[in-house]
Amino acid sequence: MDVKEDPKTTFPGEIHPTPGGGILVSKIDDVINWARSNSLWPLVFGTSCCAIEMMSTASAKYDWSRFGFEVARATPRQADVIIIAGTIVNKMAPVLKRLYDQMPNPKYVIAMGACATSGGPFFYNTYSVVKGADHVIPVDVYVAGCPPRPEALLHALITLQEKVKAGG
Amino acid sequence: MLKEVIQESLPNAVFEEGGQWLNLIVENADWFKVAEQLKSSKEFLFDYLFCVSCVDWKTHLTMVYHLESLQFNQILVVKVKIADRNNPAIDSVSSLWRTAELHEREAYDLFGVRFNNHPDLRRLFLTEDWAGWPLRKDYEDAVNMIKL
Repeated sequence: MDVKEDPKTTFPGEIHPTPGGGILVSKIDDVINWARSNSLWPLVFGTSCCAIEMMSTASAKYDWSRFGFEVARATPRQADVIIIAGTIVNKMAPVLKRLYDQMPNPKYVIAMGACATSGGPFFYNTYSVVKGADHVIPVDVYVAGCPPRPEALLHALITLQEKVKAGG
Repeated sequence: MLKEVIQESLPNAVFEEGGQWLNLIVENADWFKVAEQLKSSKEFLFDYLFCVSCVDWKTHLTMVYHLESLQFNQILVVKVKIADRNNPAIDSVSSLWRTAELHEREAYDLFGVRFNNHPDLRRLFLTEDWAGWPLRKDYEDAVNMIKL
C-alpha cells in the first residue's frame, strides 16, 4: 500500500495477513473511540432558527447520515450529542441542564450559532437570554454564524468526530 | 370606503394614513364603546382581533389593536393613547373578543398596563413574584442585562 491514508478517517489498527485470514493489531480504546465517533446520535433539540438549518443538514441535500448522525433521538437517554440549535433563555436553562444530565456518558455538546455561543444578537439590553449556553453546560464545539450554514454544522460535527477519535 | 363608513357613525374620528392599513385614533375613555360598535354594528362586523400590542413612547404608552372583519374582508388598526405612564389603565375588551384575555395578560406582564374588568389579570410569561415591566424602555436588571 503506497497510498498514504488519513489517520483521521481510517481504522485505527494494522492488519497482518496470515494464511486463512489475518490478525488485527490495535488498541481497544482506539477501536471504541473510532466506533463511537462514527455513530454519534444527536438529540432532537432546537429552540429557534438554527434548528431549521439543523433540519436542513439532516435532510437529503446535506444528509448528515453520511457521517453517522442520522439516528436523531427524541429522548436524551438515547442520545450522544446535543446540538444547541438556538437561543437559550433563562426559563429554558434548567430544562437544557436537565436534558444534559439525562444523557448517558460519554456525551458531547455542540453550541450552534451566535445565540448558543454568546447570546449573539441578544447579548446587550436583554433581560431574558443566557449569554452563552456554556454558562449552563460544558460545550465541546462552537459554530459561528447566525444561523450557520449546513456546511458549517457538518464541519462542526466532523471536528467533534476528530475530537472523539483523539480520545476526547 | 371603510374610512367614510366609520366617519358616518363616529363623526369626530381621527385617522392616520399612509401605512399598510387604516389607523383609527381613539381616546382612552371612549375605547370600550367604540370597540363594541366596531364589533357588532352591521356595517363593520370586526369579529376577529388578530393582534394586541403595546408601545412605550417614554412619555406615554399606546395600545394598538388590529381588527379584521372576516365578513367584509377588511382590516382596521385602532390606537389608544394611555397618557398616565406611571399608572396605566384601559378598559379590557376580553368580553368582546375572547382572545384579548391572553393578549391583555401579555401586555400587563411586559408593560404593566392594567385592564379594567379583565377576568384574570396576572403574569403570563414571567414568574408571579417578578418586579417591574421588562419591555418598558427604562427597565433595569443589573443581574441579567448588559447595557450598551
